[in-house]
Amino acid sequence: MLVSLNWLKNYVDIGMITPEELAEKITKSGIEVEGIEYIAEKSENVVVGYVESCEKHPDADKLNLCQVDVGEEKLQIICGAPNVAQGQKVAVAKPGAVLPGNFKIKKVKLRGVESNGMICSLQELGIEEKYVPKDAVDGIYVFPDEVAVGESVETLLNLNDAVLEFDLTPNRADALSMLGVAYEVAAILDQPLNLPDEDVEVADEDANQYISVKVEDKELNPYYGAFLIKDLEIKPSPLWMSNYLMAAGIRPINNVVDITNFVLMEYGQPLHAFDYDRLETGKILVRRAKQEEKLVTLDDLERTLSGDHLVITNGEEPVALAGVMGGASTEVNDNTTTVLLEAAYFAPAAVRKTVRDTGLRSESSTRFEKGIDPNRVRRAGLRACQLLQKYAGGAVLQNAVEFDELDRTEKIVEMNTNEINKRLGTEISSEEIVHILKKLRFNFEQNIDDFIVYAPTRRGDISIFEDMLEEVARIYGYDNLPFTLPAGASQAGALTAKQQLKRDIKNYLQGAGLVETITYSLTNEEKISKLISPEIKEQNPAPVALAMPMSEDHKFLRLSQLPELLGSLAYNEARNQSDLAYYEIGKIFVSDEKGLTKQPEENLRLSGAVTGTWIEQPWQQEKKEVDFYLVKGIMEGLFDFLQIPVAFKQESLSDMHPGRCATILLDEKVIGFIGQLHPLLEKQIDLQETYLFDVNLEEVFAAYSNIPAYSQIPKYPSIARDIAFILDEEVQAGDVKAVIEKSGAPLVIQVGIFDVYQGENMPEGKKSIAYSLLYQHPEKTLKDDEIEESFNQIIETVNEKFNAYVRS
Amino acid sequence: MKEQLEALQSEALEKIKAAENLKELQEIKVAYLGKKGSLTKVLKGMGKLTKEERPVVGEIANRVRESITEALENKSELLEKKALEEQLEKEAIDITLPGRPVNVGGPHLLTSIIEEIEDLFIGMGFEVREGPEVETDYFNFEALNLPQGHPARDMQDTFYITNELLLRTHTSPVQARTMREYKGEKPVKMICSGKVYRRDTDDATHSHQFTQIEGLFVDKNVRMSDLKGILDTFAKKMFGQERKIRLRPSYFPFTEPSVEMDISCKVCNGDGCSVCKGTGWIEILGAGMVHPNVLEMAGYDPDIYSGFAFGMGPERIAMLKYGVNDIRQFYTNDIRFLKQYHKA
Ligand SMILES: [Zn+2]
Repeated sequence: MLVSLNWLKNYVDIGMITPEELAEKITKSGIEVEGIEYIAEKSENVVVGYVESCEKHPDADKLNLCQVDVGEEKLQIICGAPNVAQGQKVAVAKPGAVLPGNFKIKKVKLRGVESNGMICSLQELGIEEKYVPKDAVDGIYVFPDEVAVGESVETLLNLNDAVLEFDLTPNRADALSMLGVAYEVAAILDQPLNLPDEDVEVADEDANQYISVKVEDKELNPYYGAFLIKDLEIKPSPLWMSNYLMAAGIRPINNVVDITNFVLMEYGQPLHAFDYDRLETGKILVRRAKQEEKLVTLDDLERTLSGDHLVITNGEEPVALAGVMGGASTEVNDNTTTVLLEAAYFAPAAVRKTVRDTGLRSESSTRFEKGIDPNRVRRAGLRACQLLQKYAGGAVLQNAVEFDELDRTEKIVEMNTNEINKRLGTEISSEEIVHILKKLRFNFEQNIDDFIVYAPTRRGDISIFEDMLEEVARIYGYDNLPFTLPAGASQAGALTAKQQLKRDIKNYLQGAGLVETITYSLTNEEKISKLISPEIKEQNPAPVALAMPMSEDHKFLRLSQLPELLGSLAYNEARNQSDLAYYEIGKIFVSDEKGLTKQPEENLRLSGAVTGTWIEQPWQQEKKEVDFYLVKGIMEGLFDFLQIPVAFKQESLSDMHPGRCATILLDEKVIGFIGQLHPLLEKQIDLQETYLFDVNLEEVFAAYSNIPAYSQIPKYPSIARDIAFILDEEVQAGDVKAVIEKSGAPLVIQVGIFDVYQGENMPEGKKSIAYSLLYQHPEKTLKDDEIEESFNQIIETVNEKFNAYVRS
Repeated sequence: MKEQLEALQSEALEKIKAAENLKELQEIKVAYLGKKGSLTKVLKGMGKLTKEERPVVGEIANRVRESITEALENKSELLEKKALEEQLEKEAIDITLPGRPVNVGGPHLLTSIIEEIEDLFIGMGFEVREGPEVETDYFNFEALNLPQGHPARDMQDTFYITNELLLRTHTSPVQARTMREYKGEKPVKMICSGKVYRRDTDDATHSHQFTQIEGLFVDKNVRMSDLKGILDTFAKKMFGQERKIRLRPSYFPFTEPSVEMDISCKVCNGDGCSVCKGTGWIEILGAGMVHPNVLEMAGYDPDIYSGFAFGMGPERIAMLKYGVNDIRQFYTNDIRFLKQYHKA
């Protein structure tokens, strides 16, 4: 909503307050003012001039040499506009004038002839072209005859206006009218209100002789008023009205259209003018459209309608889309002499569907959708009649022809001073509340501290106590509310164990060198099926798709975080940032339903991807690229830290390197996987070797015990023994380790692998793996022979199981 | 013999003094004090002495031995120290070479902001709640006083999956779920954060996915001034003690009265500048007193209970606090962007 302050001043005295101060006050008490627009910053030295003569420039075909009377003097001005002519009254910028865009007017010579000023178009004076009347777009502006030569153009064209741009919340439909804004500003400034009257002198004839009105659906259209105005003369509107319309962002057309628009902006009531003669039947029938019924609207487009749409008909055919747009066949044109003026109340539901289906959103439909003031419908019709009589020379016929089932009662809200103070934390007196209600111009009854408020119908947003609480609070001023803290003992807040654990996991990963990322949950068709963890795949998930995606790229809810994470890697790689270690904790969305009937399971996962160099720029050691054992180490460290025993099992998963991939098992159950991304995929998205991990955090949370079991710090010394086995190269180190652990239990408390060797001095097809064993007994110092016995036992078992022998 | 001993002593002491390394010193030790050493040899000749002379010479001999031993020890210590010094000098390294790199990761800026806000409210006794990202129409809208056909539904263009299921457009359904869980029987003091989704085309200021964090406080006799007090505490801790707040009326279907909270502009201290578009204030969050319909639907009697709620966008806070100027940067994960904020 654009609010012209010059227009507003007709209804409320805003005194000497600056537009900025007013904007601040309005913003603080209810409606956000988004911006202030000045039509022209400066427009001194621009006056009305009379073109006494206009001849061709002797040396330039397209230029005119004009002698212009500007009151105190006569100026010779060269003008290039095609429409300039002798006898016109025009806007003349005299030398010294500064036009918008800091365009300074000086005396100049054009092709040898002196020019002492400029004849201006409206655009040159600061009016946006889209609001300039069509016939004035391509040339200079020509004033109506009655303006006086020498008069300042600033006031004549409203160039000194400031326009406030309101950012309205949906509840404040009342401020979609100048009167509504006037009520608001009058309340804020505590000023009297000067409302327009709707007095109109009517002709002898009765509109009922010409019109009949019938409404089929009183829910959708509880009021329809048809006014008849005869003997109209179509011509331009008065200057002041055009000015206000342009300031409000509406292009002036002709007096009849302008008046309906003016009243629309003034009262917030959409009106529509039908050419009575072109309506042909004199009948108005409001009904739902028939299936496939057609109507050519004012924009010359044919609309196909259905029973969802309310239409105005002439008894037979649709002539307007109710509340949205008129039809072309009954449009007012230059030959119109008789107008049927519609002032109606269309319910929001009647308009919303039409707007949605046709895409026609207009100043009118917006107001119907948000709800108009039932008490202003008829008055707006009368106001328009008054203006049509005055500015179009029309004769207004007696009596509007009406269908009227409209509820105009005010809502009653009870409130009490103590309750208000209790809710706000204030000590507002009943006298103060009375003052606030008077400023708001709400009717009320008072009994000491009890109030009965009659919420005015212009404020459709007020219906319960809390609404009035807001009214009182905002006029009282939120700045005046005290700062308090909630009473009552405050309990201590804390993260839940799970929330704390999540943070601990993040801290661990970040300490281990990984960078947290956040990617999109919505992904595309190609990515949706990639890199899904086996335990999720097992559930046969059907991808959850949006009904109406914005783009193909964000269509499905992800089943793995990894594809989007890889996208982030590729983004960096493409910018020569190749050493990356990323992780993300987020949800995937799992459902096995083809058509979703219930919420999918939201599975929290920890996913990571590392690529490039892990240890960079070494001058004293070898540069280290990321590898399988890096991600495995990170995972082992994590589960160690969480004290959750997991195992890794070699597995070939799709999209992964078949020989460098393992599932993570917890109690035999898969809870995720690690490994290298399949080299073909790496190539496809231009990544170097990339290693991934993916863990089901829900399973981790379930397995985690918040308070670790207490275990005694061992009192007795531990003894370390090392041993290296020569093994067949296919034997997996972990399998041997498992056998050592089992065979050495309970004396062996830890088994490590510290060397793997294959190559020179090693028989063909063999490798050596060195293990470190740690012996310890909780209750005694182990004797050498006890250790020796166990050690030999282990060697024997390993030799037997793996066809191994000890490397000497 | 006495003379012999004294000559031996001075000779030994002289040699010790002249010794240049531990090896030499050891040789001296052997030469004088060893089994075949000079002193031992002299002492072997003691048998020839008279009974009276023996204790006297014995005492001298002891003194000589002690003196040589002490000199040896002192010298040894000195030489050891010198040797160590020499060794350490040899061990000197080029400290201008770079250190061994340590890989350090870090949190996403949005996580840092969310955790900072969470911690702040945990300190004020709030608990942290969570909820699903795929929501029902009921919890996302109806339970928050946004029935079908409510014009404010247009304020939040929604990604629907089915007629009933959608991607949550805000974190507010977590409020409704929490209140329902508490069955209208006990106070609610919660904060929740998470991803939300809207049908927006991604550009510098819009993202189809973004985050929200919001809080809810429901109890008997909760006042609007309490909301103002809590928000003031929050704003000062988050943005600095010298920041002022102001509330101005706004509209949210789930609160009444509804407000927006601005903080005084840090750049111009409220005088007006380009950052605050000349107003001196910067919009931070939306808030309000919980609408009685919302309380009632969740099982709280609005005649007994009242409450307030507030919500904000961590992206916006990051943009204000750290000058991030394109919302997409939070989701493209450019390593240069992410690393920049690891100490945030
Ligand atoms: Zn500022």
